[in-house]
Amino acid sequence: MAKSNKPIFWGLFAAGGTVTAFVTPVLVLLTLFAAMGFSPDLFTYEALRGFAAHWLGKLIILGVIVLSLWHAAHRLRVTVHDFGVRADAVVAYVVYGIAGLGTLMTIVYLLRI
Amino acid sequence: MSRKPYVREVSKTTWFLSQPRYKRYMAREVTCVFILIYTFLLICALGALAKGPDAFQAFLHALRGPLGVLFNLAALVATVYHSMSWFDVTPQAMPIQRGEEFVPGNVIVGAHYGAWAVVSLIILIWGI
Repeated sequence: MAKSNKPIFWGLFAAGGTVTAFVTPVLVLLTLFAAMGFSPDLFTYEALRGFAAHWLGKLIILGVIVLSLWHAAHRLRVTVHDFGVRADAVVAYVVYGIAGLGTLMTIVYLLRI
Repeated sequence: MSRKPYVREVSKTTWFLSQPRYKRYMAREVTCVFILIYTFLLICALGALAKGPDAFQAFLHALRGPLGVLFNLAALVATVYHSMSWFDVTPQAMPIQRGEEFVPGNVIVGAHYGAWAVVSLIILIWGI
């Protein structure tokens, strides 16, 4: 049987799409508040640091960020094709590379907290 | 023998403008750009958090201002559009069978919107 890596990327896409559909809009709302100068309690350094210091908090942060990254990367690959760019192999390396870099940064930052 | 082959005149870059359906499809696909940029914003926040209180204050300061408001507003529209388009197709993506019958689509979609509202409210109350 021919091997394909499609199920992995598609699985990450589907899982990420679901996670980001549930939590990203409200997170954007909170950062919008922060951008408008009204700082929600969540954005006090101690509160966030405390959340990220706990292993469960780390797991949640890692899950939300990494799945969102791979969701967006996979969809961006298709979107670039839809806008007329016919260089899928290169595009795939770039978008998955970006997602991989973001994943690595997230892990490093979480380990430092 | 030379026959002129039939070539459909379809633009590679603007094809989706021809039909409202295609426009909605592209709008849905483009939401990923905002999700990607926003996720890197979160990663920056995490990096600042790891660095220390001063770096975190600098991050919050950089976020403040018209550019931050504008981006977050655009991202809010895009991510809400993503959520709605994602939940609206759940009956097709994961049909649920109970005995002989399939659970009606609007029940599955409604359950997702309900859960979305609950999750958002919990995070909002916890965050503010």
